[in-house]
Amino acid sequence: MRLLLDSVTRVVNGQSHLYAMSLTLKPGLNVLLGPTQAGKTSLMRLIAGLDRPTTGRVLVDENDVTGLPVQQRNVAFVYQQFINYPSMTVFENIASPLRVQKRFGPDELKQRVHSAAAMMRIDHLLDRLPAALSGGQQQRTAIARALVKQAPLLLLDEPLVNLDYKLREELRTELGQIFAERDAIVIYSTTEPLEALMMGGNTLVLDKGELLQMGPTLSVYHNPVVQRVAEVFSDPPLNVISAIFEGGRVLLSGAVAFPLSPHMAALPGGLYHIGARPTHVALHAKSTRDIQVPAWIELVEINGSETIVHADHRDGSGGEFHLVAQLRGVHTFGYDQQTTLYLDPQRLFVFDQTGTLVAAPARNGNDAQRQEDA
Amino acid sequence: MAEVLLRGLAHSYKPNPGKPADYAVRPLEMTWEDGGAYALLGPSGCGKTTLLNIISGLIKPTQGNVLFDGKDVTELPTEKRNIAQVFQFPVIYDTMTVFDNLAFPLRNRDVQPADVGRRVQEIAELLELTADLKRRASGLSADIKQKISLGRGLVRSDVAAILFDEPLTVIDPHLKLVLRSKLKQIHRQFNLTLIYVTHDQTEALTFADQVVVMFEGGVVQVGTPQQLFETPAHTFVGYFIGSPGMNLLSARLLAGRVCIGDIPLPIDPGSLHLVPGDELVVGIRPEFVRYSAVATPDALPVQIVRVEDLGNYQIVTAKVGEQLVKAKIDEDAQIKTGEAWLHFPAERLGLYLNGKALSSAQPVVI
Amino acid sequence: MQKIQDHRAWLLVLPVVISVAFSAIIPLITVVNYSVQDILGPGQRVWVANEWFINTMRDKDLHSAFLRNLLFSLEVLLLEIPLGIAVALALPASGWKASLCLVLIALPLLIPWNVVGTIWQIFGRADIGLGGYFINNILGISYNYTLEARDAWITVVIMDVWHWTPLVALLCYAGLRAIPDAFYQAARIDGAKAWSIFWYIQLPKLRGVLLIAVLLRFMDSFMIYTEPFVLTGGGPGTATTFLSIYLTNIAIGQFDLGNGAAFSLIYFLFIQIFCFLFYTVILRAGRN
Repeated sequence: MRLLLDSVTRVVNGQSHLYAMSLTLKPGLNVLLGPTQAGKTSLMRLIAGLDRPTTGRVLVDENDVTGLPVQQRNVAFVYQQFINYPSMTVFENIASPLRVQKRFGPDELKQRVHSAAAMMRIDHLLDRLPAALSGGQQQRTAIARALVKQAPLLLLDEPLVNLDYKLREELRTELGQIFAERDAIVIYSTTEPLEALMMGGNTLVLDKGELLQMGPTLSVYHNPVVQRVAEVFSDPPLNVISAIFEGGRVLLSGAVAFPLSPHMAALPGGLYHIGARPTHVALHAKSTRDIQVPAWIELVEINGSETIVHADHRDGSGGEFHLVAQLRGVHTFGYDQQTTLYLDPQRLFVFDQTGTLVAAPARNGNDAQRQEDA
Repeated sequence: MAEVLLRGLAHSYKPNPGKPADYAVRPLEMTWEDGGAYALLGPSGCGKTTLLNIISGLIKPTQGNVLFDGKDVTELPTEKRNIAQVFQFPVIYDTMTVFDNLAFPLRNRDVQPADVGRRVQEIAELLELTADLKRRASGLSADIKQKISLGRGLVRSDVAAILFDEPLTVIDPHLKLVLRSKLKQIHRQFNLTLIYVTHDQTEALTFADQVVVMFEGGVVQVGTPQQLFETPAHTFVGYFIGSPGMNLLSARLLAGRVCIGDIPLPIDPGSLHLVPGDELVVGIRPEFVRYSAVATPDALPVQIVRVEDLGNYQIVTAKVGEQLVKAKIDEDAQIKTGEAWLHFPAERLGLYLNGKALSSAQPVVI
Repeated sequence: MQKIQDHRAWLLVLPVVISVAFSAIIPLITVVNYSVQDILGPGQRVWVANEWFINTMRDKDLHSAFLRNLLFSLEVLLLEIPLGIAVALALPASGWKASLCLVLIALPLLIPWNVVGTIWQIFGRADIGLGGYFINNILGISYNYTLEARDAWITVVIMDVWHWTPLVALLCYAGLRAIPDAFYQAARIDGAKAWSIFWYIQLPKLRGVLLIAVLLRFMDSFMIYTEPFVLTGGGPGTATTFLSIYLTNIAIGQFDLGNGAAFSLIYFLFIQIFCFLFYTVILRAGRN
């Protein structure tokens, strides 16, 4: 099955929820990544047929389905809130889409329900009512109900956001494996870049109703075409620092300057934005090339296995910028402590004033110019 | 300020609890030091909210005593315990202004108007609410409302402890950071005993100096974030803290050495008082597993089955005998599936028997 | 959320539209017809434009009935709302006792309105009525609702309070149950006393529910017909002649269709405006 969106827009009460976008989706996993209010749910509802696009067409396998309501399209949808029929058992819940189709005898129905339940590991709960299940089990039921339909189009709208993080971790891996085995177009929306990276497949980056970039996940991650894509695809937020390129050197502030790295060498002088991922900001220099940034620590967050440090750099002449560093392991700091943070110049992104990417760090084996560490 | 002591404390919803599973909070002894910032961390249903409500007085425990600074308060209702509580969703008085909201607890205790005004201004400044004092509380955003809830606890000078029950649940993600740093600032300034309940490890580990990890009604470990990460005292702590959680591998004693499958590990089992036949679990965090493409002494031969590139790092899943191990490897390392070697540094290995760490028995007096 | 348009839905509404057309719209047009013409007999009609309206607005008896009705609505609201809140506060929050109490207090709401009138008519009689006998003979107070205007008025008010306070109580009960426990806990921690809890937490949270209760009770009491009609017939004299009773007297009793029609329309308009105002207020309160 191929899904084509042809210049679709969606305007509600004069406000644009989606700006014109055209895209083609083939079977496989597609992740919709974007912050809240980016238009992910609007786009998914459009694809499913729950809403009509204000302009543009939706085509399935060359057929125009724009005016077709969702009941006539073969779609399965999983919501954020655990939506199950409260008065039906888990078995009946999962069986309901099959019963509507009226195509299956009782034995085949039972077999399909059991198989979907086993896939979601809830086959021991088939007699219970949704109210007697935990949040994770309820969402598994909803997902099983979507899977049993074997629809060629499966949409999941932030399905794990209301579960605690350990359950999210477990379900993410399970879901990734389940989707890999299907021959359907799976669209999975999320606000967390890590989920996109973990699920793989293709990623569509949305922000404020615009489709910014679409492509294989890692490729979008390592080569964001515009600054906004890099910002959306980064949690903690990407460090963006204004810089002046002049005379072969980069000036970040009065006190922080460094020579142009090989991947930036070809750029003309002028004003740019430097992007540094928090994981590439370190407490210790890894080589003599690393840029030193003296900074005052504002806040430290610990998330189990990593420490996230929020620091401010201020030089005497009024230049200042904020840096977020993501460090492995658990570190403690004193309040308002001064420290030095290090940036690896070979890992910096460069965006021009319009936000377009003009230089990206070299990747392993891709760029022969990449220097070896001493 | 108060030292909170829980003595022989337990709570059950069944009339005659027998097995541990009958308890919502299993019998425990705990001291919360004056001025400490504590987090109660655990999955839903682990008993953390029950424990918090016992400390605040909303629930009376079926067994044991609660003492504030040596005084037994088990029979006292909440309002007599000198505590303040901030709930999951903001609790404010809609019809009053922000000022009146903050002044309410003082006016109920017949404090002089001049003192009320002064105290409210102090707290409003601390919480950055001064600009909103004259506004009606009902129209404000959730994070300001939570600050007001917090402020009502801070205005009272007789407050010994402030208890938080998942207070950031309804706050926008980008504002959570702001509120968290505010809480840390308040802790530094007031030196109050703060107890914070959450199921989110980031909130707990960022906020607290000491984290109490709970599981199925029992306390499994109390420690600093660093201790919980580096030396988990229980397999649940290893699993729950860190993403992905700790690798837990079945091992046994073979020919005097601790082995996974047939492969011996670089640990001296002599010090561990193990009996042949004991079912051991070896724990190591993915962050500490070292990868090598060639054989090195003390490294285990494995089969790499999956390499996930997560941008900033890679997660390598490998098979050791029949079990799976995950390792967190640098983004630049070139790793292919197939034969490889993994090194488990001895100082990072934890040995667990029936869930508990073997190296030391951690007491729960902090 | 925008739904997909399905125009077949209009077909489903058609039967309702037709029956409403027959039972309400066509009679309404007839009334309008009567209000702008003087129909003396078949084939004899004179266009009088707004004469009936002017006539009716000048009617002194109409003014009295209007004021009487306003006073009645006000008194009834002032009694039913606080009483309903008090009853709701007194009801247990959950369990079998709560269910039992709810069923008991809901009973007056289930009685057909003319039966309500009949119940009180008999109850208030001095000879065979429990209440009437008790007041006259045991308490020694003279009470006769058929002769004394004051007694009739009091009886009608008490009858309405008995009949409709349960509605206010049920609405407030539902409103109270919707208040999360955390508010009460926080108030206790703040050291608030019972009165403060009522004034600062319960009453504000009942605002939406009370607005609905006030709207419903005002509208219904302003249009009240059956109960006072059965009880007193509008008497003694005009003591309990409310607007609807007065209207019926004009239109059907005196067969003064022109005046009756004109007044009907004014009455109708008044209620509509009132509903609209209240609806706007509730909507705006809901948005906040």
